[in-house]
Amino acid sequence: MEEKMGGSNGEDSGEDQFPVGMRVLAVDDDPICLKILANLLCKCQYQVTTTNQAIIALKMLRENKNRYDLVISDVNMPDMDGFKLLELVGLEMDLPVIMLSAHSDTKLVMKGITHGACDYLLKPVRIEELKNIWQHVVRRKKPDSKDELAAPNHDKARGGTGEAGQTWVACSSDQKVNKKRKDQSEDEEEETEDNGRENEDSSCQKKPRVVWSVDLHRKFVAAVNQLGLGDQAVPKKILDLMNVEGLTRENVASHLQKYRLYLRRLSSVATQQANMVVALGSRGPSHLRTGSLDGFGDFRSFTGPGRFSSASLPSYQSRGTFGRLNSSAALTLSGISSGVIQPGNSVNGLRKIQPVVFPANQNQNGVLFQGITASIELNQLSQTKSTNHFGEYNCVDERNVFRISSSFPDARVVVGSSSNSLSTASGNALVLQGNTQQVQCSAAFENLPSFGMTSLNRESNDLSVRGSSNCLEHGRCSENWQGTVQLSNFPPSNEQLPSNNLQESIPWRNSSPSNGCIALSSMASSAFLGDSRADMLCKAGLNNSYSHVDSRVSASGSMMDQSNAVSSNTNDVSLFSHLNGEAPFAVWLSEGDKSSFDTDLRSNDNFLFLQSKPQNGFSQNNFESLEDIMSPVFKLEQNNETAFMDGGFGFDVAYPLGSCM
Amino acid sequence: MSKVKQQKPLCVWNPKPLKRVKPTNKKRLREREKTNPFSFLGQLIPLAKTGLPLWMLGLAADRLRADMNRLLSFLFHQGILDEQFLQLQQLQDETSPNFVSEVVNIYFHESEKLLRNLRSLLMDREFSDYNKMGIHLNQFMGSSSSIGAKRIRNVCLAFRAASDQNNRAGCLSALEVLEHEYCFLKNKLHELFQIQQQRVLAAGVRYPMQH
Repeated sequence: MEEKMGGSNGEDSGEDQFPVGMRVLAVDDDPICLKILANLLCKCQYQVTTTNQAIIALKMLRENKNRYDLVISDVNMPDMDGFKLLELVGLEMDLPVIMLSAHSDTKLVMKGITHGACDYLLKPVRIEELKNIWQHVVRRKKPDSKDELAAPNHDKARGGTGEAGQTWVACSSDQKVNKKRKDQSEDEEEETEDNGRENEDSSCQKKPRVVWSVDLHRKFVAAVNQLGLGDQAVPKKILDLMNVEGLTRENVASHLQKYRLYLRRLSSVATQQANMVVALGSRGPSHLRTGSLDGFGDFRSFTGPGRFSSASLPSYQSRGTFGRLNSSAALTLSGISSGVIQPGNSVNGLRKIQPVVFPANQNQNGVLFQGITASIELNQLSQTKSTNHFGEYNCVDERNVFRISSSFPDARVVVGSSSNSLSTASGNALVLQGNTQQVQCSAAFENLPSFGMTSLNRESNDLSVRGSSNCLEHGRCSENWQGTVQLSNFPPSNEQLPSNNLQESIPWRNSSPSNGCIALSSMASSAFLGDSRADMLCKAGLNNSYSHVDSRVSASGSMMDQSNAVSSNTNDVSLFSHLNGEAPFAVWLSEGDKSSFDTDLRSNDNFLFLQSKPQNGFSQNNFESLEDIMSPVFKLEQNNETAFMDGGFGFDVAYPLGSCM
Repeated sequence: MSKVKQQKPLCVWNPKPLKRVKPTNKKRLREREKTNPFSFLGQLIPLAKTGLPLWMLGLAADRLRADMNRLLSFLFHQGILDEQFLQLQQLQDETSPNFVSEVVNIYFHESEKLLRNLRSLLMDREFSDYNKMGIHLNQFMGSSSSIGAKRIRNVCLAFRAASDQNNRAGCLSALEVLEHEYCFLKNKLHELFQIQQQRVLAAGVRYPMQH
């Protein structure tokens, strides 16, 4: 049975007076709660449609996707599980779904989050809570309509927002952004302080902010290179050379300024990187050394083939063990120039490994880190910490994502992990590591978990990329991104992946102790791709699957090269389909390589992927590769210029946090 | 446990359904009229059930209101109801004038069904499926808390805890308490609705009324 209250729906008549007139679909098999809920919603001036059967609700939703703005659904329903409905709605219609239950069990809330719920309310529902549910709609809409950035807010982790540990960044920024969006006039094109955390299509003139997407940045760099970094690179000329419509001189000017800072930073770490490179025996240390454009150019050429990862990967692959990772990491470092692969914490509690490995790596990577900047160190620090966290994680299937970021002063590493363990309900732990100097990333990451979790919990081992994307979305991440490259399998709907932000490493905690967690995300591969991935810390669990990881890495690496936009959904799906149940693997696959990638992914391994953000120095090198990697990310989320620059550009230490925000 | 009928009534006593105040048959009315203290007025004065003419009910409106407030404060004070019930009352307005009574009636209907199910499950000799019981319990708890029945909800919590531990005896005792609480609440709410209905009547009294 269904009823309609509050007038007809199906139109955006209430758009201007939003949230009045928001169309809500309420599903609950309990007639009392349904009636009360409907009345409460009417009182909030929403347009309500009710039904007591999930099947009917789905039918109604499928009939017309634009008929509703929000769905509120009970958890326990006789005909269909509330979580299932939640998943389906999220998949098919991408509507925000709020869960409702009399049971406030943490596990259930977590499940809701991981399945993608925007919020989790407890019965009895109070009107105050219902008055705010429109925010979920705005949050989803905003990216779609404006930035293509799905900014699932941490809020999404419902009820459990607490669990996700939404960081201020995510939340506040998001809210601020929301507010900002609403207040901004359409023709504003001024750049905000940081080049906008939001990702915006730079070509869209209405957007107030310019988002420096990978492509855009590439053009920019090309133009700068052409002009020479010296006196000749003036914004006006660059603008002319770039020949992008909708870009103003001011945009270019500020971007140029940031770029210059970035380069300066690179040069400072060049020597260290060089050392590291030598130690690693990697090639292309030159790029590391040069902080100048030339270096960059080298880098680019170096990474030209973009198969940095492939170069390093083979070496990787040869190593079956994690320990080799270090060396391979070294290789990658050379290639990536900053990829540090850290053994992820395996379920077995490889936690110790992390610290151990880390030092091992430090020789190779250490140099990098040290050289790079404090940020790197921080990254390491964070990573260690994160690894520690991982340790904790491993044990718990449904551990919540812990926020490492909070522990780091620089919020370097934000590890968001969804606590679902693979073993259980295909819980995916998302480990996002954003080594960003800025705290923001951490914030972003935090959000990630919530978000990511939702998608992670797909039955088919989805990794909740979304979650990560959420975090990333928080825009700032891009700023902070510096270090973090995230590979996440974001379902397309999730767009959130801030390209810069992160590659998320999704730690998988397998119930089976045998599987270690290997954080290997495409990020790692991307790291490989990017020279300056030095920052990338991949935590790879030592486990049998290491080889798989290798293959994966290579696959991902190649994929990264592709710099295809990642259609997360498809990728994810394909990716996951190959994965054995247990190992959720967050990999950002470019479409092109999907098939190859897929084959690679068959492992039950859990991957913990921690990626530190490449430091500036590295970022430079990684520029190219990063771009590749990021491009998919970018697609999902337009990165700010800074974000993209992960190459380190954006994330200079000097970069003020605030600017990111 | 004494022998249990299949459909054991949940309440020891069932409050009578609310009746209309006008006398049920003319004979009774005539009788009443004979003893009607107001017959001197020469008109057929309809009498309310309370024996007062309807128009006098208007005078009793204050008393009715006092009665209602007293009952409500009693219920709140005892923790039988909580502020969710108040929210329910606030939802009642011109567009949905009988909202509270409608919702509560549905609640009664559903709850009795659920309580019956729970009892039959628990009394079953081969009872083992706590999950199924948990589903019923969950729904009962959800609706009770939505109504604002705080005490019932708390008992449900205890019930759920016992169920989590697979403690059948605990569940049974919790169910008994639940049934008792439910009966009590039902009667009180019925009383409340009766008063409210009389208030409505008192407010709508017109003089003179002709049958």
